[in-house]
Amino acid sequence: MKQSTALDLRVYAGLIAFGILGPILFPDYVQTIAVMWLMVLMAVTWDITGGQMGYNSLGNVCFFGIGMYASAIVQISQFTDVAAYTAAFGAIRVEFTDAQYFTGLFLGLIAGGIAAAVFALLIGPAMLGLRGPYFAIGTLGLAVAVGELVAGWGYVGGGGGISMPVYPGDAGAGAWMFYVLLAVLALGTHLVVRWLYSTQFGLAINAIRDDEDKADAMGIHANRYKTMAWAFAAFFMGIGGAIFGNMSGFIEPLEVAFPTATFGIFMVAMALLGGKGTLWGPVLGAILFHIVKEVTWTYLLGWQWVALGAIIIINIVYFQQGILGWAQDRWPAAFGLTVDRGGAARPAAGEAAE
Amino acid sequence: MIDNLYLLTQAPILGVDLIIQGLFIGAVFALIAYGLALVWGVMNVKNLAQGDMVILGGYITYQATLWGYHPIVALPAAIVLMFMLGWIIYVLIIRRVVDRDMFTSLLATFGLSLLIQQVLNLIYGPEVKVAESGFGDFEVGSFIIIQNVRLYSLLLAAALALAIVIFMKKSRMGQAIRATAQDARAARVLGIDTDQVYAFTYALNASICGAAGVLVAMIWVIQPYYGIVYSIRAFIIVTAAGLGNLPGVILTGFGLGVWENVAGFVFGAEFAVAAVVIMLVAVLMYRLVQLYRVRQVVR
Repeated sequence: MKQSTALDLRVYAGLIAFGILGPILFPDYVQTIAVMWLMVLMAVTWDITGGQMGYNSLGNVCFFGIGMYASAIVQISQFTDVAAYTAAFGAIRVEFTDAQYFTGLFLGLIAGGIAAAVFALLIGPAMLGLRGPYFAIGTLGLAVAVGELVAGWGYVGGGGGISMPVYPGDAGAGAWMFYVLLAVLALGTHLVVRWLYSTQFGLAINAIRDDEDKADAMGIHANRYKTMAWAFAAFFMGIGGAIFGNMSGFIEPLEVAFPTATFGIFMVAMALLGGKGTLWGPVLGAILFHIVKEVTWTYLLGWQWVALGAIIIINIVYFQQGILGWAQDRWPAAFGLTVDRGGAARPAAGEAAE
Repeated sequence: MIDNLYLLTQAPILGVDLIIQGLFIGAVFALIAYGLALVWGVMNVKNLAQGDMVILGGYITYQATLWGYHPIVALPAAIVLMFMLGWIIYVLIIRRVVDRDMFTSLLATFGLSLLIQQVLNLIYGPEVKVAESGFGDFEVGSFIIIQNVRLYSLLLAAALALAIVIFMKKSRMGQAIRATAQDARAARVLGIDTDQVYAFTYALNASICGAAGVLVAMIWVIQPYYGIVYSIRAFIIVTAAGLGNLPGVILTGFGLGVWENVAGFVFGAEFAVAAVVIMLVAVLMYRLVQLYRVRQVVR
């Protein structure tokens, strides 16, 4: 246990060092590295329910979009009427003072997180009653439905989208600020999640993953824990969405806020690539996936999506336990696991819940 | 929305029209859902690439019209090509996920669906395409106009479904498929090559999708990203009707078509997709409630 804490500290130190040095050494890639932190955040939050609890959601991206739209509404509604603002399609330019912008942003981020978490708490009891593939399909449907509903909602501009408030001052400084926000959020989320897994809560959701009915029979309030875990994931995803919305400057329902077929599936693929159900797997997977994605974007222009689809299929079909999952099976002692060679071994993280 | 409802009460003939058009759409949905039910029931693979295979069939038709043929000519071509493609996909991907947990197959086919979308997008671009059939239309009474192509689609869908049912009942392969669906292990013991059966089933599903795609391309429009909605529709129908329940699948398919048409009219076209997807969530919830009832009885 103590050894793993030391190791974790070293990894955190490495990540922080990269987070600071990376954009300084490669100033052209500030945006790219910021998106990498977002990917880390997505993979880590997906893994709360997907890896640790065995509820494979395909629709967690809806929290991302809800957070984004909640922050947009909060930030804009403080100073002008949202309906008039969106109806004008950017013709109304609101000049924010610095103080106004930053209080708006702060409130917007909090509102994004809370709105997403509240949404998860509301739908959680119903959706989380579904099991296995039905849950996956149901959440996929949910994400598509929320995206379509927002696209038809005139108040927030419908399919036309909203332009977010513009960062007052130098655009380069704005990019840096959003970079720092995303990096801090991703690392902070990982710290919170790490703490979460070390508590009784972590044990409870692991028990639900291994056998929900037994866990229920042993007195774990499965429904309560499931909803709570989902709301945790939703809260951080919501804040991430709010930051990303402000970073991109313009939000639109189908491509930016509720990209079910891109970010929605990427987060699953990233967590699987690194090894779902492990603490560092999603982080590793997200960083690797992001690098692969950027490389294919650069060198395979036009074919990048095809390459990504192929990578996802290969990852899932041939290498499902992921990198850390594989390492964990190979050298269990290094992860502090004891394997009972005689009896039933601990099931690999990827095969739980069925 | 209120206006539209009011309009519907003022002109009931409009409602009749919506329902009839919905029934025509529903026939195609039922065909797609039947393919899904087949794969789901026999090999326990949830094929999320279902809709993209439909769209792929549509593009085969579109390609045929580009070469100057009538779209209906593409029907046999689409069936054969998609059958071969389905077999290849089975050998490369599906074979390796059949025995794994269901989420794996779901995700693998989702990746496949991304792949198909993007390849189509690269080849044909993101614009909406249509395979013009030029069949014209006829009027029933004084108000309801039915496009001939829809009528022919309904007949073709019915003929295809009938052919599949006869095939499943009479042929050796059909019997093997049904035996495998009942108990794969027992089928293997009795000398059925289940791997072959799975490959055939998946390929058969692909060709059903291809045929449905031909009809879709003639009746509506196709676009690389429209596949997911067809997948979701197929899931709704199969989830609501249950596996191995062909009359249920057909009825639910018609029902969904009608619902979609009426909801699209009442709520407005921009909410048509949302109406379908919300139906999915509603069906899943309904299933959940039923499940809870069963659990109560067991307790």
